[in-house]
This record gives sequence, C-alpha cells and structure tokens, in this order.
Amino acid sequence: MAVNKFPVEGSHIMMFARSIADDNQIYYDADYAATTEPGKVIAPPTFAQSSAQFDPDYFLRPKLDEDWFGSGKEATGIKRESGSGGGGGGGLHAEQHFEYHRHIGPGDVLTAEVKPGKTWEKEGKRSGKLVFSETITEYRDQNGELVITARGVGVRTERPVDQ
Amino acid sequence: MALAAKDLNVGDTYTECLVEDLKRTQIVMYAGSSGDYNPVHTDEKFTKEIAGYPSVFAHGMLTMGMTGRMVTNYVGDGRITKYGVRFTSQVWPGDTLNATATVDDVSDGIVTLSVETTNQDGVVVLSGYANARVD
Repeated sequence: MAVNKFPVEGSHIMMFARSIADDNQIYYDADYAATTEPGKVIAPPTFAQSSAQFDPDYFLRPKLDEDWFGSGKEATGIKRESGSGGGGGGGLHAEQHFEYHRHIGPGDVLTAEVKPGKTWEKEGKRSGKLVFSETITEYRDQNGELVITARGVGVRTERPVDQ
Repeated sequence: MALAAKDLNVGDTYTECLVEDLKRTQIVMYAGSSGDYNPVHTDEKFTKEIAGYPSVFAHGMLTMGMTGRMVTNYVGDGRITKYGVRFTSQVWPGDTLNATATVDDVSDGIVTLSVETTNQDGVVVLSGYANARVD
C-alpha cells in the first residue's frame, strides 16, 4: 500500500507487539530499551505491515461514506460480484518477505512506495485456479534512506480453500 | 543476548510455543493494530455465509508476527536482517502453534535460519527463512 506519511509511534508499537503476543520490553519500555544493544525502542520485524493504518484508501478498513462488505444485520453489507472467488475481501496472503536496512522506531516518519511485481497462475488442488500477484514496497525514512524493502504475494482463489 | 558464530553449528535448532488455543480476541487485536479489518478474520457470520469458510481464521501476518517473536528471541534484538515466509495452511481459532528455527549456514557474520511453524496436528502453517547478524 502506498503511504505518504507513516509516523512510527511508541503506543502503536506497544499495541502491535501485544497483538502478536510479544512481551519483549524493548517494544514498550524506553528505560529498558536503553540498556539493550539497539539502545532504544524498536519495532517488531513485521510492524511495517501496519502502514495500512496510514493509507487513507486502504480497502480493508470500513469508511464512513462507503458500504462495508462485512456483516451487519445481514451477512454482508454489499452485493459481491459473481466469480470474485473465495477468501473474502482481498484473496489470501501467500508470501511475505522483509529486508531490513535499518531497524525503525518511534520518531521515524516513513513513506511507502509500492511497485508492482510479477503475476502468475497455478492450478491448486484445494481451491481451483490460483492467481498470484506480487508487490514490492519500499519504506524510506525522513531522510529518504531506504529502511525496509517488503515483497508481498497475494493469491486469489477460484473457490474457498477446501478444509 | 545476541548469538556468537563460534557457538553455532549447522543443524542447531531453537523452538518456542507461539500460542496455545489461539483466541479470537488475539485475532481481533491483530486486526486493530495492523489495520487489516478483512472480515474473514473477525466476522464469523460473513466468513461462514459469504466467504465460505467454517470459521474466522487468523491473518497470515499474525502467524508471521508471532513466529518473528521466536526469531528475535533467538537471534537478539535488532539483529535480524531478512525475514520471509510462505503461508502454507490457514490458522484457526483454537490452534496451538510451535515454531522452530534451524541453523542452515553461518558465514561472514550472518546466520541463515530456516523457519517453520506447525499446528497441533503437525501441519506446517508457515515456512520460511531469516537472516541475522551474529557476533
């Protein structure tokens, strides 16, 4: 997701760490973090994914003036297009890769630039035709330095994955 | 504590239990922190009736995040240089996950680990790698 301004904040890192059940004090206690090798609070390795919070158009977040496809009174708030496949809102996440050039922490203000990658198809045993698409996201800091390179692969399935 | 190259051997392993009986609330917490509010992770009604799955299921990135905790606990804070995974099977509420890192290579101050997370039935749900700086 492209993001013009992703301010990395301590409370967001703390909540993110809790959400992945990681109680390492380096993610919330500045005094403790000062005693560690990084010397300050840093973000967990997958934190950059939460840049979605700072994408104003992120399609997996309900918006005030738009229908939402999750349930209210009915099972979905909108009619889905036929043939859009299983997996709900955006297909499924197939792969995720991160390369860390520097570890980010509170005070960093990042941008995220998204570049399209390859697309390919495969026949899946449990879900019919699979269409894979890759995106490369480059996170840069307030000085324009590349801090994280992320590569994600999403997959749309022809039908929900057999269980 | 960071790892020292002299103490590492190819084939060494490190394992952590990531979660026992994964709770829906944990998945809700991940939706809130990451900003990924896809209803297939938190909305049972939508997921059963529209998406066609037996229940909500965890974000792949929740499993990657929890597995990353195992990696950083092993290699030390701020040491990881690369981390990548494939999501090979869905993770459901009630799952118990264990993650293992195995040393594949140690050279030029970098340890290369293969990383695998399995559920209570021994099914691999995540498979990948991590690189980290070692002393």
